[in-house]
Amino acid sequence: MSAIPFPAPPADTDAVIALRAEFRAFLDQQLKDRTPRQRSDNWYGYDRGFSRAMGQAGYLGMTWPKQYGGRERSAFERAVIVEECLAAGAPVGAHWIADRQSGPSILKFGTEAQKQAFLPRIAAGELSFGIGMSEPDSGSDLAATRTKAVKDGDVYRVTGTKVWTSFAHEADYVILFCRTSGTPADRHVGTSQLLIDLKNTPGLTIKPIIDLAGQHHFNEMHFEDAIVPADMLLGEEGQGWDQVMSELAFERSGPERFLSSIELMVQLIEALKGRDSDAAQITVGRVTARLAVLRRLSRSVAGMLQEHQNANLQAAIVKDVGALFEQALPDIARELIDAEPDPRAAGAYASVLANIVHNSPSWSLRGGTREILRGIIARGLGTR
Amino acid sequence: MLAEMITRLFERSLDDAAQSSARQGQWLPALWAEVEEMGLPLALLTEDQGGFGLSFAEAGEALRLLGSHAMPLPVAETMAANQLLAAAGLPLAEGPAGIARADDLSVSNGRLTGTVARVAWGEHLDCLALAVGNKLYRVPRAGWTVAEAGTSANFHPRPSLAIDWAIDAEAALPWCPLASGATVRAYQIAGALEAALEMTLNHTATRVQFGKPLQKNQVVQHELAKLAGELACATAAADLAGEALARRDVLGVAAGTLRAREAATAGAAIATQMHGAIGFTREHRLHLYTTALWAWRDEFGGQVSWAKLLGSAALAAGGPGYWPMVTAL
Repeated sequence: MSAIPFPAPPADTDAVIALRAEFRAFLDQQLKDRTPRQRSDNWYGYDRGFSRAMGQAGYLGMTWPKQYGGRERSAFERAVIVEECLAAGAPVGAHWIADRQSGPSILKFGTEAQKQAFLPRIAAGELSFGIGMSEPDSGSDLAATRTKAVKDGDVYRVTGTKVWTSFAHEADYVILFCRTSGTPADRHVGTSQLLIDLKNTPGLTIKPIIDLAGQHHFNEMHFEDAIVPADMLLGEEGQGWDQVMSELAFERSGPERFLSSIELMVQLIEALKGRDSDAAQITVGRVTARLAVLRRLSRSVAGMLQEHQNANLQAAIVKDVGALFEQALPDIARELIDAEPDPRAAGAYASVLANIVHNSPSWSLRGGTREILRGIIARGLGTR
Repeated sequence: MLAEMITRLFERSLDDAAQSSARQGQWLPALWAEVEEMGLPLALLTEDQGGFGLSFAEAGEALRLLGSHAMPLPVAETMAANQLLAAAGLPLAEGPAGIARADDLSVSNGRLTGTVARVAWGEHLDCLALAVGNKLYRVPRAGWTVAEAGTSANFHPRPSLAIDWAIDAEAALPWCPLASGATVRAYQIAGALEAALEMTLNHTATRVQFGKPLQKNQVVQHELAKLAGELACATAAADLAGEALARRDVLGVAAGTLRAREAATAGAAIATQMHGAIGFTREHRLHLYTTALWAWRDEFGGQVSWAKLLGSAALAAGGPGYWPMVTAL
């Protein structure tokens, strides 16, 4: 059969049930002053204090070896922490990228010195990462990357521009995808990854890109003969493409692909108090069914990753179906409640609605556009 | 193992002629005899109850195969009826069986009377596992006559039955038959969508227009990807419902059946569109699946009832209680 198989997710063990309860109590305490509007920022919320608290409590780098500051817990247990953070609207931005993809990439491809230098600090919630992939002429088509790093003795000299780098103005490092030999015509060949110190790289300037909501998450990173120590090469020179694909697999598989607008659902249910109707019950019922099934698919992916299976196709399906779900919520809410979205409203509902309306278009762009994902799925079905 | 046996049986005995007869409302005694000989009616029972003790995954696979072969006979219903009867401690069915809930039936002077709407192949059943209030009755064939003919969207009999039966046994209702019915239908929907995807992939690979297979067009590839997404959701939804039924959680069943019904709608539409006009005919076998999807998505409780059940529970949980409620499904 041609179906893309999703194995049954592992059943919740007693340890997982206990972990979820313990972590919900931790979040209740940590987030007690966080407003609905702040919660609706979802993983764009950035708070180094919260990330340090996560690290100190042992909730970051959870699956990594203890020698690098990890806790040697299962991928499935980490997935519990991640989904609870997102569902609660915790400000995970300061550790999100590092814990999800940069740390695992360093663990997989890094030198012993790099592992010791970076991983314990990520696990402690002290080191924040961004992503250095997209370029002005290379968005979905990552292999067209132009940024060039030329080896010169014991340094690389880097020239080029990266865009859409979330939190480059706040974070400490990015993993830069660049070309160490040849030209963009060589596509996957001759690419590498470098660890870039955002606070201390001569020749690097960072400029804000303001999004349509007026918010500053994105940045442009401009490298002009920037000097990067050669020992900041991640993995092997020339193996950048395989490494970046592995990094993207970490990026695409999580519950952030259907929980981005969950705070709107929470506020919608609150707003419907006292004006419950058949239409409200039916709509909320159908939304809840979609959410429960997406969550099962996502847990299935977490189970596959725990078994070290390749889940790229399954992750693409979860992201495609998940983005449709989270992007549909504002319109579903609009069919039940008359309210004008107001980005500066004091009230919870109007401000959350505005934040979700403004940000939801990005959810089928980031981490691989809808069109790219559907191409990946179609190829997995054997069509090309 | 069981899956291979079922597949072999259906490939041998469930041909287009059989499907055509079933669409005329004709019972298929030879096919039923083979189904019974294989033991399929007992497939959801534990070994203690006289079944094979199939794992959760094996039972799900058997139910999906009923969908992926567009089984026209009430095999899924019989499996569900026997599971319910066994749990209630009532005798098992001795042939094809139905499941129904009819709370407006009257129970007086030891007689059960009233009408049960739209029972699959009602005229041909051995017995009915019928819930009234918190009781389960095993009503034998002699206990009803056909009150009114009815037909499903895939052209199988759905008569309404006039029950008039002297109660000789009753038991406490273990769980709602509609939850059983909705769950087996979710698996059948997942199976039918699996077949529809397979057919759509084959058709778009072999049908050439403008000098290339349809599948080489990006717009077609994206529709195939969406269909694969709906199939993934339907399969997960069926398992979600199946696990919930096993722990008697009707809200989990509601979530599973609702998403499977949505997938039936979306998946049937994509498969038909990708086949072009031939998908709209009886010449192509796709119609066996699309018409079945259109029948199954509205049976054993309607979409509105299930959605209200789940939605009112979510609204009652309130904003802060919403996520914990979702993770319990």
